[in-house]
Amino acid sequence: MTVELAAWLVFGAPLVSFLAIVFGTRPSGQHILSGRLTALAMLVAWFASLYLLTQVLAAPGFELHPISYRWLEVGSLHLEFGFAIDSLTVTMLLVVTTVSFLVQVYSMEYMANENQDKSYSRYYANMSLFTASMLGLVLADNLFQVYFFWELVGLCSYLLVGYWFMRPSAAAAAKKAFLVTRIGDVGFLLALLVLFVHTGTFNIHELFGHEASDALLKSGFLGMTALSWATLGIFMGAAGKSAQFPLHVWLPDAMEGPTPVSALIHAATMVAAGVYLVGRMLPLFHHAPDTMAVVATIGGFTAIFAASMGLVASDIKRVMAYSTISQLGYMMLALGVGAYVAAFFHLLNHAFFKALLFLGAGSVGHYTDTFNMRYMGGLQKVLPITFWMVLIASLSLAGIPPLSGFWSKDEILGAALQASPLLFGMALVTVFLTAFYVIRMLYLTFAGEYRGGAAAERVALAAATVYSGAGAAQAGEGHGHGGHDTHGTGHGNGHGSHEVAILFIPLVVLVVPSVLSGLLNTPMWDGLAKFLTTHTIETTLGEHHLPFDPGLAALSTFVALAGIALAHQVYGAQAISAERLGAMLGGWPYRILQNKYGMDYLYEFLIVKLAFGQGLVAGLALFDKYVVDAVVNGAGSVSRAAGGALRTLQSGQLQGYGMAIVLGVLIITATMMIRS
Amino acid sequence: MIEIGLSHYMVLSAVLFSIGLYGVLSRRNAVGVLMSVELLLNSVNIALIAIGRYVGGAGATGQVFALFVITVAAAEASVALALLIAIYRDRGAVDVESATALQG
Repeated sequence: MTVELAAWLVFGAPLVSFLAIVFGTRPSGQHILSGRLTALAMLVAWFASLYLLTQVLAAPGFELHPISYRWLEVGSLHLEFGFAIDSLTVTMLLVVTTVSFLVQVYSMEYMANENQDKSYSRYYANMSLFTASMLGLVLADNLFQVYFFWELVGLCSYLLVGYWFMRPSAAAAAKKAFLVTRIGDVGFLLALLVLFVHTGTFNIHELFGHEASDALLKSGFLGMTALSWATLGIFMGAAGKSAQFPLHVWLPDAMEGPTPVSALIHAATMVAAGVYLVGRMLPLFHHAPDTMAVVATIGGFTAIFAASMGLVASDIKRVMAYSTISQLGYMMLALGVGAYVAAFFHLLNHAFFKALLFLGAGSVGHYTDTFNMRYMGGLQKVLPITFWMVLIASLSLAGIPPLSGFWSKDEILGAALQASPLLFGMALVTVFLTAFYVIRMLYLTFAGEYRGGAAAERVALAAATVYSGAGAAQAGEGHGHGGHDTHGTGHGNGHGSHEVAILFIPLVVLVVPSVLSGLLNTPMWDGLAKFLTTHTIETTLGEHHLPFDPGLAALSTFVALAGIALAHQVYGAQAISAERLGAMLGGWPYRILQNKYGMDYLYEFLIVKLAFGQGLVAGLALFDKYVVDAVVNGAGSVSRAAGGALRTLQSGQLQGYGMAIVLGVLIITATMMIRS
Repeated sequence: MIEIGLSHYMVLSAVLFSIGLYGVLSRRNAVGVLMSVELLLNSVNIALIAIGRYVGGAGATGQVFALFVITVAAAEASVALALLIAIYRDRGAVDVESATALQG
């Protein structure tokens, strides 16, 4: 097997499965076939990725020769389609294919109750297309190709978030996800144009060369170099995809999609694409210190900002979503301070434990029929395996040694401390908040007594509806507004403590990297750091190595434990009541967090309704009324007036016309005679 | 004895044309108008043949042209008479001045 063939297998297998499902399966009744095709494709891609890994390990500088094909040729513009395979690519490939395979296996059971919809093929076709696009994005050797697949993953995200498009909230969430990321993509597109105009190439490695960066540094406008503008634009696209402040608003809403989708797209892969892009282009960002500062600041701020909202969310998937935003903020922070290895180390670890957490949340929701943690509790007894897996992943997320999250988070903290005390402070507070919301989530979900699941939620919703005077007639609709992944049948309450094997096997598989992937890069053995520092990275960024700081590690562990202890006091021992804690602070911090700092309000009311609705749309209405209508109506009036004047000539008198003709001929003849 | 030349034919043609034109513009009866049109056409025929005979070169271009005009005139007359019959059936008269349905 050659490298070229393996690269095509990685990218092609999911694509073939997409085409096979779209053209080869019936929309309903063949869900097993669609699911197996997809899982098989992932397996093929996984093995091919493994082969590529062995090749990269053997290659000098951990880089393989790029494979490139001519794609489009328009005049002097040459577009290429190519695969750049180095250590970063293979790492991402393995993460994507591993998580994708496990998610597909999990989906086969999880989505089985979706039989009423008869749209298995739609689900798996989208999943295949998504994975193919994501792998194409990772493999791309030029930015134009990245952009192409970038938009494709965005499209798949839209389709999958809106999988239950009959539900208005899901349709709205899909639209929001698409539009908000599109705002970032405008920046990315402009950056591509700036880069191409100045350097004449999209190729990533050519952009890293001296000629390219010199050309970009020479010109500029509005007081910044073209390089700064281009990198800022790339970061804007990345911030949209990776849900960084202020474009983070779409990710919590995207939880309307099926949980396996959230696990794959909104935890492990697509949202990491932004981090991947910035990391991939870091040798270019390196020349723009102003952009690097922006990346680090936005990353650090997003980390603490999102974590704070995760403290009060009552929907388990939204807690995860805020956690994901926060962790992506960590990665951006690391990239912003130049800690290339630390960022990707964290990306790798996060992909595994967050996918596990999402799948665990899916299992919990599968059992209770709701995602509202107020109606969970006591699930440790009925879902023991899920509980242990989620517990391990949560502690890994909280950064408890020796789990994987600890090692990567510690490296990011170290890099932040070196860069600026402020960034370090934000990161450290985030450690505390993370530990707190993770433990809160565990207590609310698994500890105590079962609070009734979807049935109780329906009752509560019905009561609230009646109480608010909206009438008892709506009470029955409570179910529709209830859980996010409700499966129609109320199988949550009655059945006993059996867990479905296919639902927890992926969790058990994912727990292995959640625990062990941290060992890839420890003070004792820094294999991943050496592996990721390719020849290109070494010559552009230089080797970025931080000595392990035991004091820092102890501090971060202590902070995480403090967060755990506080959460235990509030939700476990109940020594401090959550309500009293809120009341003590006057209640307003809770309200601010509950309202997500008013960001949704800001966007939906101020920008969409006021700026667009009142301002732009009203302005356009005036323009339409007084300019467009005036032109159209004016043309009409002129024609009418002219017609009114000329109609008197048309008398219908045949002989009148004849007379006019004769007179005309006479006049013409007379003129000709006079002139000649 | 005066030699009959081109100018005599042209004068005859012009007189016939003027009579026809006057008829077309002044007759109220549509049949009269139609007959006047025939006069116009025939005056042109005379002019064509005379010019063909006196001015034109070899061949009989003028005569051929006149034959065409006669053919077209026959067709025109048949179409026009059909229209007149239709108008007569509709209104009981073929008064040109009252046929003003197409006025603006």
